[in-house]
Amino acid sequence: MPDPAFRAAPPDALRIEPLGELTAIFDRRSMQTHLVVSPMPEILAAMGADDWDAATLAKRLAESFDFDGVDDVRTILAERLSELAAMGLVAHA
Amino acid sequence: MRHNIRIAVGPVQFRIGSDWAEPISALEQLYAGYPQDDARPADATVRLFAARPWRRWVRPSVHIGGDFVVPDALPLPLSMGLLAAEMGMNLQVALGWRRHMLLHASAVARDDRALIMSGESGSGKSTLAALLGEGDWRLMGDEFTLIDPASGDALAFPRAVSLKNEAIAAVAAQVDAARLGPLMAGTPKGDIRHLIPRADAIADMHEPARPTLLLFPRFGGAAAIEPMGEGEAFVRLTEASTNYVALGEAGFAALTRLVRETPAFGVSYPDSATGIALVEQLWAEVAK
Repeated sequence: MPDPAFRAAPPDALRIEPLGELTAIFDRRSMQTHLVVSPMPEILAAMGADDWDAATLAKRLAESFDFDGVDDVRTILAERLSELAAMGLVAHA
Repeated sequence: MRHNIRIAVGPVQFRIGSDWAEPISALEQLYAGYPQDDARPADATVRLFAARPWRRWVRPSVHIGGDFVVPDALPLPLSMGLLAAEMGMNLQVALGWRRHMLLHASAVARDDRALIMSGESGSGKSTLAALLGEGDWRLMGDEFTLIDPASGDALAFPRAVSLKNEAIAAVAAQVDAARLGPLMAGTPKGDIRHLIPRADAIADMHEPARPTLLLFPRFGGAAAIEPMGEGEAFVRLTEASTNYVALGEAGFAALTRLVRETPAFGVSYPDSATGIALVEQLWAEVAK
C-alpha cells in the first residue's frame, strides 16, 4: 500500500511560537491553540508548501538531522504525520 | 430594582441591584473609598433576587443573576448576601470581560512593576497579596489580574480582598478594624471576611504596571523555589485564564509575550512569613 501523502497548512494559517521545550501553535482557521514538542515543529518547517509521504520526508530530514541509531525513521514519521493530521495542522494531500 | 449601587473597580463599572437592602449596605461600607461616577454606563450588571416575591421575607435566599448566569446555581442565605454580591461580580467579569486577558491571579506592584501570583483556591495567592499590600507594595488585586493585549501591561482590579479561614486572623492582626467587612461564618468556602484595600491601592487603581515576576505559589510544604520554563508557564496560565479562548489570536499573542518577558517560578512555603521572604528574595534577583 503506498504511503499516504500529507500537505502542511497554507502559509498564513498557523502562528508558530517557540517557548523553550514546547512550541505553541495557534491555528487561525480553528482558533485552537496546540502545544507540541520536537519533532513536530521540525517536521512542519521541513514540509513547506509541498506534498510529502513519510519515506520522502525521512530522506529530507536526514539531510539536516542525525538519525544514526534510530531504526525505521519512516514508521516514526508516519505516526507523527498522522498525529499532526488529527490536530488539523497537516491535511491528507 | 429596589436597592442599587454603582461601583468602579479598575476598568470595570459595576451596577448591582438587589431585592434586599442588606447586601447593598454592606457593599456601600466596603467600597466607600472608591471613586463614584454616576454618569458612566455600567459594563457589568449583577442582580441579587428572590426566586418568588414571598422569599424576600420567608427563609430569604439570594439568587445571583446578571448579564451572565450559572444555571441551577444554588442560592445563598440572606446572611451571606455580601458574599453573593461578590460572587456575582466575579462571575460577570470572568464570563463577560473581553477588553483584557483575565488571569485568575493576585498581583502587587512596586515602582510600576508587577508581581503576579497565579494559583487555585488554597494556594495562598490572596493572603500573600493582602499581606504584601500592607507592606511597601501596592495591592493590584487578589482574584483577577488583567493583561492589556496591546501593551502587555498588568492592570489593577482591586476588589475587596476575600480572606478565608486562618487568613482572617493573620491579616486582621495587622490592620485597623475599620478596614474589615462583616465576618461570614460557615459559608460554602469556609469563614470569610473582606479586607478593604489600602487608600493608595484604590487611588492608584488605574496605574498600569509592567509584569516583572510570575509566581505559582503552593501553600504547605517546605520552602522551595523552582524555576519554570516558558512552555510550562504558558500551559498553566491558559488554565488560569477565563477568557483566553474567547480572545483568539490576541490572547495567544498576549500570553506568549507575557511568558517570554516575565521570569516564572513555582514556590512552596510553609507559612506566610516564609512566603513573603521568598517573594522578596526572587524580586531582588529579577528586578535589578
